[in-house]
Amino acid sequence: MSKVTTPTPGGLALRCTNLHRHLGQDEGRVHVLKGVSFEAHRGQVYAIVGPSGCGKSTLLYLLGLLDQPDDGQIEINGRLMSNSDDFARTAARGEHIGFVFQFHFLMLEFTALENVMMPMRKLGRLRPDEMSARAHALLESVGLGAKTHRLGTQLSGGEQQRVAVARALANQPTILLADEPTGNLDVKNSGLVFDLLTRLAKEQGQAVILVTHNPEIAQRCDLTRPMRDGLFV
Amino acid sequence: MSPNLRIAFRFLTAKKRAMFMSLSCTVLGVGLFIVTQATTSGFERFFTKTILGINGAIRIEDKIQDTMRSMAAAGASDSYFSQREGVKYIEGVEEPQLIGDAVREFANVRGVSAVVRGNVQITSSFKTEDAQVFGIRIEDHVRVSDLAEQITRGKLDDFRDSPSGALVGRVLADRLQLTVGDSFVIVARSQSRRVHVAAIYETGYREVDKSNIYLPMAEARSLLRKPSGATFLQISLNDPGRAPQDAAKMEQVLRHGAKPWQEREKTWLAVFRALRISTMITVSVFTLIASLAMFNTLAMIVLEKTKDIAILRSMGYERRDITQIFLWQAGIVLAIGAVLGAIFGAGVTWLVGQVPLPINGIFKTDRFIVTWDVNHYLAAIATAVVMVMVASLIPARRAARLEPGDIVRGTAQ
Repeated sequence: MSKVTTPTPGGLALRCTNLHRHLGQDEGRVHVLKGVSFEAHRGQVYAIVGPSGCGKSTLLYLLGLLDQPDDGQIEINGRLMSNSDDFARTAARGEHIGFVFQFHFLMLEFTALENVMMPMRKLGRLRPDEMSARAHALLESVGLGAKTHRLGTQLSGGEQQRVAVARALANQPTILLADEPTGNLDVKNSGLVFDLLTRLAKEQGQAVILVTHNPEIAQRCDLTRPMRDGLFV
Repeated sequence: MSPNLRIAFRFLTAKKRAMFMSLSCTVLGVGLFIVTQATTSGFERFFTKTILGINGAIRIEDKIQDTMRSMAAAGASDSYFSQREGVKYIEGVEEPQLIGDAVREFANVRGVSAVVRGNVQITSSFKTEDAQVFGIRIEDHVRVSDLAEQITRGKLDDFRDSPSGALVGRVLADRLQLTVGDSFVIVARSQSRRVHVAAIYETGYREVDKSNIYLPMAEARSLLRKPSGATFLQISLNDPGRAPQDAAKMEQVLRHGAKPWQEREKTWLAVFRALRISTMITVSVFTLIASLAMFNTLAMIVLEKTKDIAILRSMGYERRDITQIFLWQAGIVLAIGAVLGAIFGAGVTWLVGQVPLPINGIFKTDRFIVTWDVNHYLAAIATAVVMVMVASLIPARRAARLEPGDIVRGTAQ
């Protein structure tokens, strides 16, 4: 039986140096990130805060290798990824990075269980019965053990976001990136999802980087990095 | 089931109406392609069978006479030099037995029949008609024609056993108001014979049925004053499709003109070919519509599933996975459409085959003629596969090109 390796707590999971990113074209071109540098260690929870349009989400997508910087470097687990090709970045996303987006982004034609199993199926490390067992365990840990076979459309917003957290953790990534994970939830569900994220990440030694507008959530993180006009302040 | 196939199946079943439209078009495209091929080639094959059943696959007639030019050409080279323009022919086959024996040496030859032919006048108690007499040895001729199966009244044995019996075409018999057992007078070259109708045949080819009379060889020789030789040799082949090649070899070896049925009937065959191509083009429009429907369905799914594409890409699914997911969707519709289309095509082909359609002219039938050929099914499916997959490539590649960062940011184009 193949095993999912647990990341070593405390080690450097992610480093970015002097990141620059422009968005838009011609006259609408904006310099969104103006030389951002950042480090994230395993077992730590980081909050990136700042006003809308300051570049938080753009930074997060760059760190998650969903986008490419115009300049600067990104290292994931010591490996330089900013200049790598699409194939390598995609593989790194599948293996090392988990995402939680603001609007749940569940695949609604699939059940909660299938959503959680989807990254595992692609990575192919586990056998089907092992994938199913792990998905069940993750859904149990986010409090949805009784709703594993419900379609995305049959879950509430809070439940969908909890499934998204379970899915992000499916491949035991080193880095968990969350873009306003509680932005679309009520206070009760916000607290629930944040607790889940931090608890599971701490237990498994993952670096959690979340972008948030919620000052209460930010205060509860290990480190808060405020951003303004494309730079950390 | 692979993850990509699983996702494709779920995406597709979520768009039931669009998928049903694509599937319907594919079924129609495949089915109608099969039906039109079955009907057009049905008539062509029936015509071919009729022609082969009357005149055989190859006719050898007229000896090639060497000219100074052809002899010079042959002398200049060891190989035979074919030059149609410069060829002269001596009418008829002087040594039918010799030539017939040589023809039988060809591997593809099934039978050879020597025939003497002449123009005659026929007088019954009712009226007089022009006709053509064919002198045959019936045992030889039934091996190179379908004469035995074409008898509609009387018996072939009566012709075989009676030296003055004649086989008369159905149309000619009707015109002369002749029936089996009636006698009539044949006049040729100021000679006349009284013969009787041993049997009446019908080939379905009106020109033949209204003018051809078969007589025993001895009677025909005597009537036409042809004590030796033959007008032509009629040859049947195991594989009539190879007639042009065999005829060319026979002409080269036997130094007699040899004409394959494809050359004899090239006008009709060209008509059938044009008909087949035109219906194929018409029906391909259905397949084109099927491919456009598939394109439309997939393009719609790509638009609606951009967020799902971003999720998949964020989870480590590669661009080629995304392409595969959309091509699988086309593949699923194609697979189901091909099976249902083939069943639909077979069903409609069977129904069309039951439609009453009396035709008498170049062949005789009382029903719509269809052929059952697996190649029609393979061609229909192959056409649908090519068209639908090509149409599906565009949305599939577009989906794969989407940048996950742009989708999440909401700026994907």
